[in-house]
Amino acid sequence: MRDVAIVGVGSTQFGRAQWSLLKMMCEASHDAIVDAGIGERKIDAVYVANMGAPRNNRQAGLASALVDRLNLFPTAAAEVIENGPASGASAIKHGLHSVASGLCDLVLVCGGERMQEVNNFEATEFVSFLSHRYAEYVYGVTLPSLAGMFTRLYMDRHGVRPEHLAMVAIKNHANGALNPKAHLRIPVTMEGILTGPEALNNNPWVAEPLRFFDCCPVSDGASAVLLAPAALAKEFKKTPVLIAGVGQATDTHAVHERPDPTELTAVRLAAEKAFAMAKLTPKDIQVAELHDAFTILEIAESEEAGFFKKGEGHKALERGETRIGGRLPINPSGGLKSRGHPVGNTGVSQVVELTLQLRGEAGDYQVPNQPKHGFAVNFGGFGNNVVATVLKRGV
Amino acid sequence: MSPPIYDWDAGEYLTSEEERMIDELEAMLRPPALPMAPYPPKSVLLASGEVMVVRQASVDEVDDMLRWIQPLSWLDRDFYNIVSARLFAELLGWKTHRVRDEYCLVGVIDGALAGIVNGRLFDAKHGISYHTLTLKRGLRIGSHLFASKMEHHIEYLGQDEVWIVAESPIGHRRWMIEYPLDKKFEIQHELGGAPSWVLTRDTYFRAKSRLVTGTRPVPAELLARSFPLREPDLRTMLVQVEDTLEARI
Repeated sequence: MRDVAIVGVGSTQFGRAQWSLLKMMCEASHDAIVDAGIGERKIDAVYVANMGAPRNNRQAGLASALVDRLNLFPTAAAEVIENGPASGASAIKHGLHSVASGLCDLVLVCGGERMQEVNNFEATEFVSFLSHRYAEYVYGVTLPSLAGMFTRLYMDRHGVRPEHLAMVAIKNHANGALNPKAHLRIPVTMEGILTGPEALNNNPWVAEPLRFFDCCPVSDGASAVLLAPAALAKEFKKTPVLIAGVGQATDTHAVHERPDPTELTAVRLAAEKAFAMAKLTPKDIQVAELHDAFTILEIAESEEAGFFKKGEGHKALERGETRIGGRLPINPSGGLKSRGHPVGNTGVSQVVELTLQLRGEAGDYQVPNQPKHGFAVNFGGFGNNVVATVLKRGV
Repeated sequence: MSPPIYDWDAGEYLTSEEERMIDELEAMLRPPALPMAPYPPKSVLLASGEVMVVRQASVDEVDDMLRWIQPLSWLDRDFYNIVSARLFAELLGWKTHRVRDEYCLVGVIDGALAGIVNGRLFDAKHGISYHTLTLKRGLRIGSHLFASKMEHHIEYLGQDEVWIVAESPIGHRRWMIEYPLDKKFEIQHELGGAPSWVLTRDTYFRAKSRLVTGTRPVPAELLARSFPLREPDLRTMLVQVEDTLEARI
């Protein structure tokens, strides 16, 4: 198997797109191709990560459409990967396999989602389709309500307080305010969202104990990465970033069927596999992008991935260890909370952000001390299908 | 043109017959006015940590507001076009005394206009909500200003009901669902379109602890900083709504 490197990245502005989903994906793909400087080389395969286009945008066969729009004929493969909110990292994993196996030399992976084409009620409904149809969905379960129940239990078990949830939001909004492509570039304060007299109005309940600023926004956005064999990576313009490890794991569909619903077993297993493949440990990581669709998830995932002991993630947060400039900056891009969460795209955008960090190109939100290793968790369902990725600067 | 002549006995400037006729005609064109209690200013701490002063606007401030909101009438996002165009006409109608018993409240952050709400009295006990326009997004400024408008109608103007329609899905979520308001479909709201919904005193006081916030009195220095109104940062707002009206501003 060949080592595989990321040789180009691109991304649109996140938020509410003025353009069609396909046009956003073209923009991100074009940026990745220009970023890499592929010259006369042909792209051999295109993998598209998306969750809701047939329903929300009346567009199926996105990969074929993207190949056509970018005039990439004749690629060896053009496929859409749908794995819920983990579609992005799953698509990158498929791209990795194509290059590592020798089937392809140059693979474009593009994630895209245009969620604001439908109203917020429909967007929430569409995301809730990934819950268990008969044990959860029919009872009105939505992702915020699952996350609310998870948060309550987690707080009881591990001493997490509302202040800790707010700290995640404050940190990630502060980071997102520095990211020109973030959806919500609005710094928020503890007084404004939790302790001040207007906090309940500024930050109302969504699914108690989760409030408005504990939940990610409904975003449009597209991102793309270009993959090539590590042996060829130096022929491209930018510092290559190696996909050092990828791990994937699954868990029960219905959350209540897990022995302990606060254990995100699939995150732990996926992270262990990714670190084993990379021959690294959590201590080697200098920057991470975790799937903070809800603030509690950043804390829980940081523990399951092995960065902190169980029940210690919120204490590290309290000590400022996860800020830019801290021991392990988490979500310097703003994360899903502030950069945004176009669901099918998110795993690709996490890898784009880590690549920028490892290249030293993240601008105002650059993590100091030239990070060498990055780590991402892309969380599908409510933890029933998780993909973890370890990246390494250079080949 | 000769200067006006002052009549020392009458204690006023003498006006010509023509001028008197114009004044009489103008008086007929102007609607009668009900007495209106003033809205006492308050301060609201936003999620960002910024403090917004909510206060009554004066007609002297209308020209500036018209100039700033006019470009938004071309913004085809979130119904900014129809809301700003209608608000423009309502504020102009207020300034020129062509709308009866209208008032306007503004949200001001460090002097900059952050939002506008307006409405009027239908009669002493019934109010009509006109529009809510947010000029800084993502901080629930529209929610705070709409709540202030309801507070004005119920608590300071002493009304029993406010009739409300929404022209955007955001408005429908914020007013009809979040309070929640009751249907009053037998009333045709004067903005046209959909029939009215209603906020009653009962609805208001049930929602008050959740939705109506603010601190009074506003410290003199903070209140002073809300005068005069400064131009809103429309460029930032337009980026937030993903449009670029820069050429039109």
